[in-house]
Amino acid sequence: MSETIIQLAHGGGGRLSRRLIAEEIVPRFGMESLRDLPDAAELKPEAKRLLFTTDSFVVQPLEFPGGNIGDLAVHGTVNDLAVCGGRPRWLSLSLILEEGLPLSRLRRVLDSAAAAAAQCGLQVVTGDTKVVARGQADGLYINSAGIGEMFPGFDLGPGRVRPGDSVLVSGPLGDHGLAVMAVREGIRIEGGPVSDTGPVHRLVQAIGELAPLVRFMRDPTRGGAAAVLNELVEQRDVGVELTEADIPVSPGTRAVAEMLGLDVLQVASEGRLFLVCAPEAAEQIMARWHKLPEGGGAACVGRISGEAGRVILVTVSGGRRLVDVPQGELLPRIC
Amino acid sequence: MCLAVPMEIVQVGEDGSGVAALEGSRTAVDLSLIDNPACGDFVIIHAGFAIEKLDREEADERIRMFEELGRSYVEEHP
Amino acid sequence: MKYIDGFRDAGAAAALRGDIASLAEKLENYERRIGIMEVCGSHTMAIARCGIREMLPDNIELISGPGCPVCVTEPGYIDAAVELANRGVIIASFGDMIRVRGSGMSLADCRARGGTVEVCYSPTAALNLAAAHPDREVVFLAIGFETTIPPVISLAASAAKRGLGNLSLLTAFKLVPPALAALLADPELAIDAFLCPAHVSAIIGSRPYLPFTGESGVPCVIAGFEPLDILLAVRAILGQILRGEAELDNQYSRVVKPEGNLRAQALMAEYLEPVNAVWRGLGTLPDSGLGLRPVYAAFDAEKKLDLDIRPGEEDPRCLCGEVIKGKSRPPDCPLFAAGCSPEHAVGPCMVSSEGTCAAYFKYLRNKV
Repeated sequence: MSETIIQLAHGGGGRLSRRLIAEEIVPRFGMESLRDLPDAAELKPEAKRLLFTTDSFVVQPLEFPGGNIGDLAVHGTVNDLAVCGGRPRWLSLSLILEEGLPLSRLRRVLDSAAAAAAQCGLQVVTGDTKVVARGQADGLYINSAGIGEMFPGFDLGPGRVRPGDSVLVSGPLGDHGLAVMAVREGIRIEGGPVSDTGPVHRLVQAIGELAPLVRFMRDPTRGGAAAVLNELVEQRDVGVELTEADIPVSPGTRAVAEMLGLDVLQVASEGRLFLVCAPEAAEQIMARWHKLPEGGGAACVGRISGEAGRVILVTVSGGRRLVDVPQGELLPRIC
Repeated sequence: MCLAVPMEIVQVGEDGSGVAALEGSRTAVDLSLIDNPACGDFVIIHAGFAIEKLDREEADERIRMFEELGRSYVEEHP
Repeated sequence: MKYIDGFRDAGAAAALRGDIASLAEKLENYERRIGIMEVCGSHTMAIARCGIREMLPDNIELISGPGCPVCVTEPGYIDAAVELANRGVIIASFGDMIRVRGSGMSLADCRARGGTVEVCYSPTAALNLAAAHPDREVVFLAIGFETTIPPVISLAASAAKRGLGNLSLLTAFKLVPPALAALLADPELAIDAFLCPAHVSAIIGSRPYLPFTGESGVPCVIAGFEPLDILLAVRAILGQILRGEAELDNQYSRVVKPEGNLRAQALMAEYLEPVNAVWRGLGTLPDSGLGLRPVYAAFDAEKKLDLDIRPGEEDPRCLCGEVIKGKSRPPDCPLFAAGCSPEHAVGPCMVSSEGTCAAYFKYLRNKV
């Protein structure tokens, strides 16, 4: 391909389109299902209970410390399936490319997506590519949809949560959101946090026969832990009490949060899992997580309380404060 | 007033520019409001500017005082 | 992070709380609740974030004063910024200002409608914007107290040095000591001490607070904004009140010198002169603001772009003014959590992440 940037014709269905798919897409995502480029993929599920999810990815910048939109798109959908108790099996990838996107950047994104898919043991079985005019799509948008098969034994839901249950997290919080923010134009922090983008399905799988003791799982993406936990207890008769001293945060992430005046509890992670379980299962689940690379930093960060609808943080200095839902756009402050 | 963070100067440039670090995170900062900034100095950074130096001896002394306060409290209230 | 963590230790906090409780007990027979005014939005935030109010005995009250530059900026200022954006000017602003509504829309609303509004972590970002868009005017929303003023005003020198003729400042700089003076002069306010700001003091020094001490004054304690700093300052204040003292006590001497940062002060003096300023809730205070000296009119967006800044409309139901003065607390406002919330803010005290009402809403709503 002599062109170094994406052109409108790459999405047109003609010769350039076919070359793009043949040279960039098919070789990366496995030869089987995509080889003949059918309009739909036939699946042969083994489990009776299937999960289906979709997500779109519009992160800016496209490439950030620790990852890019490609592996983010794979992990994000894998994790949506995982937190519902599913093993991810099949993925679709739809790309919307902006005219002018450097081909080299597209290649790096696709390389990451392919590596992530392979690492997760799943297949990208179908997809689509469109190109829009310069000025649209911020370089690249990705939609991914995923189908998974339920692991046995899970019966999850906010209604199952009881006072006294343990709240676990699989690793340090906020690395992704702060990694992305630190490289935003106008901030430019170097040597800062690295995105935690990664899959959590192996953590779910490791739960094994303890599954019936797990009440609820969620990955703390947009809005961070604050969003996830507030959603859990909103308008319910239970609450959450977190212990600040027990919440894992990596030093680089803490530093940038202090510099920008952000609360780590409101910052997104893209490779972490929050889990609520019966207290008797907590130690064992954590022990199993600690054996996995993605669970090395796991900790018990709190418990379900009887304080209806509230997420409370017991601070390092011994005070108590409310953890509220973030307002929306995360903005650095000076005040 | 305002949000400010103690950071260590790791580079002093010409014209008041510099680089400060906290836990390995480095960012360009403006040192023009500080007298004789030097690498290794700790400064208070607000909106990308060093607004004053941190007197490390005083800071260390105060931290020691707080640690001692905490220690005796914990001893008396096990 | 030694110089952050060292000031958050739980054992020391517990010890200080114990001391505060004993001192407060001795003040039980005082005529009313002891009112300590903190005049620094960062103190408001830290106090709320660490749950310090909860830690204090009932007869000690922390009152939040006018310490947030966003809170005390008049709606007309935002209206002017929105008008500039509608004219095609690039607005560069600290994040704190983006969601504040003027008489009508906020800068976030304006951006959603096509205005160019760029959030800056540091004022230097505005220089890069001006350089990158030589065909457009860039206006930096120059709000702030003495901590922020020197960083922002250095933009004028830097712009001149780089030959950038398309950068100007829309100024609404305000000074803390005149506000303290106005507060102390109000007979209705029951303030027994000031918890003085940390980083404003780094710039202005400790000496400007002397007029508020002594016979007709109150104890003034300068505190850092880590939880142990604040608890220590409260303990020091209560000690003074018990001994009948009204002295200046610099408890942030690791950063604050008596004379302050002379370089920063010289920079301010070179470019800026005292002006009367309108403070939301306090009205016009003479010589309480800083404006660009006439010789630097080229950087003054108001003059350069022919702006007519009108006071702007305030919602008559909003009690922000009273809240800022410490006369009312957020729950006293009929709109608090009943029409006014961080997502749908009526007044700046709720919009600013540091505003008194926002801090209450986020952290203390359940204690109300």
